[in-house]
Amino acid sequence: MAADTALAAPIADRRPRARRATVGLAVFLAAVSVASLAIGASGTSLWGALSTLATGGELSQMERVVLWDIRLPRLALGILVGAALAVSGAVMQGLFRNPLADPGLVGVSAGAGLGAITAIVLGGLLPAAMVASVGNWSVPVAAFLGGWASVILLYRVSTRRGRTSVATMLLAGIALGALAGAVSGILVYMADDRQLRDLTFWGLGSLAGANWAKVWVAGPMILAAVGASLLLGRGLNGLAMGEATAHHLGIDVQRLKNGAILTVAAATGAAVAVSGGIGFVGIVVPHLLRLATGPDHTHLLLNCALLGAALLLLADVIARVIIAPAELPIGIVTAVLGAPVFLWILLRRRGMVDL
Amino acid sequence: MIAARGIRVRLGRKEVLHGVDFAARPGEVTAIVGPNGSGKTTLMRALTGEVDYEGTVEIGGQDIRAAKGWELAARRAVLPQATTLAFPFTVVEVVRMGLMTGAHGDDATLPSRALAEVGLAGYEGRFFQELSGGEQSRAHLARVLVQVWQPVDEGGPRWLLLDEPVSSLDIAHQLEVMEIVADYARRGGGVVAVMHDLNLTALHADRIAVMQAGRLRAFGPPAEVMTDAILSDVYGCRLRVSAAPEGPAPFVLPHCAAPG
Repeated sequence: MAADTALAAPIADRRPRARRATVGLAVFLAAVSVASLAIGASGTSLWGALSTLATGGELSQMERVVLWDIRLPRLALGILVGAALAVSGAVMQGLFRNPLADPGLVGVSAGAGLGAITAIVLGGLLPAAMVASVGNWSVPVAAFLGGWASVILLYRVSTRRGRTSVATMLLAGIALGALAGAVSGILVYMADDRQLRDLTFWGLGSLAGANWAKVWVAGPMILAAVGASLLLGRGLNGLAMGEATAHHLGIDVQRLKNGAILTVAAATGAAVAVSGGIGFVGIVVPHLLRLATGPDHTHLLLNCALLGAALLLLADVIARVIIAPAELPIGIVTAVLGAPVFLWILLRRRGMVDL
Repeated sequence: MIAARGIRVRLGRKEVLHGVDFAARPGEVTAIVGPNGSGKTTLMRALTGEVDYEGTVEIGGQDIRAAKGWELAARRAVLPQATTLAFPFTVVEVVRMGLMTGAHGDDATLPSRALAEVGLAGYEGRFFQELSGGEQSRAHLARVLVQVWQPVDEGGPRWLLLDEPVSSLDIAHQLEVMEIVADYARRGGGVVAVMHDLNLTALHADRIAVMQAGRLRAFGPPAEVMTDAILSDVYGCRLRVSAAPEGPAPFVLPHCAAPG
């Protein structure tokens, strides 16, 4: 019987631990934020600037540019993107009742990627005046539209008479992802050398291009999506027992699915639009938290937002300092750190309870 | 009162219920029996609103199609035949999900009391997926009990809709669960249960609906519907109903000998 296995030892109520984790993660996020502001290639000192301000002095031009125009928007973008990716992952996993589900699975990332690649490659064909008027917004906007379009298409395919089939949606997501990947491949083939470098950089994911414009593009969408996701907790808990049981518990299952899909589309679309394809945050962060404090979504989603933001900022700091003064694309850092953690989780849990 | 009228259900191209009229009264255990494929579970799924059906289902005079999900959840709890659980929740976390309707405030002691009731006291912190099949079934029963803990509230009687609640249990726990269910009815609540074991049904049900090929073949108290003729015909084998040595409940024995 199960009583013989190590995991069968009774565990205490996990809710107080989850609340302590929320506090701890908020502190962790604050600490990493300070590090993100203080560390950088230019050698500008956050402490120097702060003491200048504290004594009523004026910041130098250099300090203002580095802190205000480079590091601060990068910090804000890192928090937004990290929270968006982790929460999207947790919501998708709850919706699909599968701990390996990820926004990448349902074609949101692939659709967003296709949009971005289209903008990079075909943007050169547009009249110069038109390109100038859209400016550097064309890639994020196109990525966002691509992500949305793929979700809406997917949703239409998998919804019959008001009911969304999760199995159909997963399979259709794989097909759409493959199609978007093929079209992207054609566009990459057409790209010139300079565009290829842009594409590579974008495809690996990076916060290097952070500026306030990107924060304003992604911020409202991500904040709204993460905030809305916090209302899905109880519903996703019920959904873990299947749609019928969730319905019996009084959950409006169709509304829950709609909310989850919109949340993921908004958060992932906006995140991919401003930072490219940053992998593993959406899978690793919810897993770590489920191991530590259990799968209860009423606290999991908020903690995912905090841990996702903190870990992405940490990865960004590593990406900036490890080969300074150059920097690595952050997607490489999250993959190098995330993939082994992911494998470790799989090995550790193999043969025990389901992830 | 749960009242279903003219229930027709189509699964794919096949009609599996051909116009069933069914009613259950509060204060009683109403059992649904019948051979495999006779439409027991489909009838239950129509009562819970899980399948599309023609006809009407009313709980306490309210058409369930017109009711909001949370309104129904406050009136009736449903124990499905088979369940899944996606993530490693503990037993108490599963049982606590029954509290989601909020109809009884947040009585923090309720999950533990319900677990004790189904014989799982002390199981709160165990991982649900590590329980045996029978223990999982009883833990789900605790979740269902938590959802409609008071058999009667200001909205009237409340209901337990149970699809084969004892099929995976040993005989002691079968009797224990049936006693819990019967007690719920004695205290004014209503119980509808799909059952396989005819003797257990005869012992605990006040009324029995016998399904045959998508139709209601017989509906009444055990002594009325549990006859040699009805059961032998419905199940397609020779069955002999006798009186139990003690008490009034009939019991059924299979008769394998040649007809005569």
